Amino acid sequence: MPVNSTHYLFLSLLLFSIGIMGTLMRRNAIIIFMCIELMLNSVNLLLVAFSKIYADPNAQIFVFFNMVVAASEVAVGLAIIVMMYRKVHSVDINILNRLKH
Amino acid sequence: MGIYDLLFWVLSAIAVGCALGVILSRNPVNSVMFLILTFFSISGHYILMNAQFLAVVNIIVYAGAIMVLFLFVIMLMNLNADVEPQKGQLVQLAGVISGGVMFLVLLAAIKTAVPVSIDTNSIDIGLITNLGKVLFKEYVLPFEISSVLFLSAMIGAVVIGKKEPLTQEGEV
Repeated sequence: MPVNSTHYLFLSLLLFSIGIMGTLMRRNAIIIFMCIELMLNSVNLLLVAFSKIYADPNAQIFVFFNMVVAASEVAVGLAIIVMMYRKVHSVDINILNRLKH
Repeated sequence: MGIYDLLFWVLSAIAVGCALGVILSRNPVNSVMFLILTFFSISGHYILMNAQFLAVVNIIVYAGAIMVLFLFVIMLMNLNADVEPQKGQLVQLAGVISGGVMFLVLLAAIKTAVPVSIDTNSIDIGLITNLGKVLFKEYVLPFEISSVLFLSAMIGAVVIGKKEPLTQEGEV
């Protein structure tokens, strides 16, 4: 069976689910952050696939804006994680549950 | 099976395998390396789909800039497998099950989607000439707004990342 749109749907769905599993499984804040990046990238892959299928360049422009958002998110998020490490000397997200008590 | 299909399956296998490596390896540095490999295979997919410029940008921005930032932070904090916090087995199992259930639900939803074959005639869409024309004709306002977003993100990162005594001195 030649590759068609369904294959790309399945592939990016698989990558997205792996990202969700990693977000739920791990306690290291940086790894959770990386799993969010993985989910963003799976969406980018699907956008490019649809851009190819329907011969439409607009989808690829949206991938650019996704990258812009991801880059600024990483800058701010890593600054927050570094600050958190400076305060509590750990990147364990279970320490950050003081709001609960 | 043509060369397109073969490359698709090889790149997909690399992408999924390395994505699993990201969430399963205990050493954070290994996770970063696996994620870089995943990004490279996704870039391979972009080249396969004639989005050459996006493939190059993906490698430069993601594998080159963002992942190096991650690697720097991990090495700065001196994280390794010994100090890696682990969740309990039950919580990990719950995470895998909930992720898998979401996968199954979406799979069932898109299983009946009508497959559209790949259009192999449009080979010049991903070129920079084409993308630049669309970007600066139809998306000028979002482009300018994203530059403001970048500026505010940069300022925010600097403000957050400053040391506490420095900010107090700055206020006085």
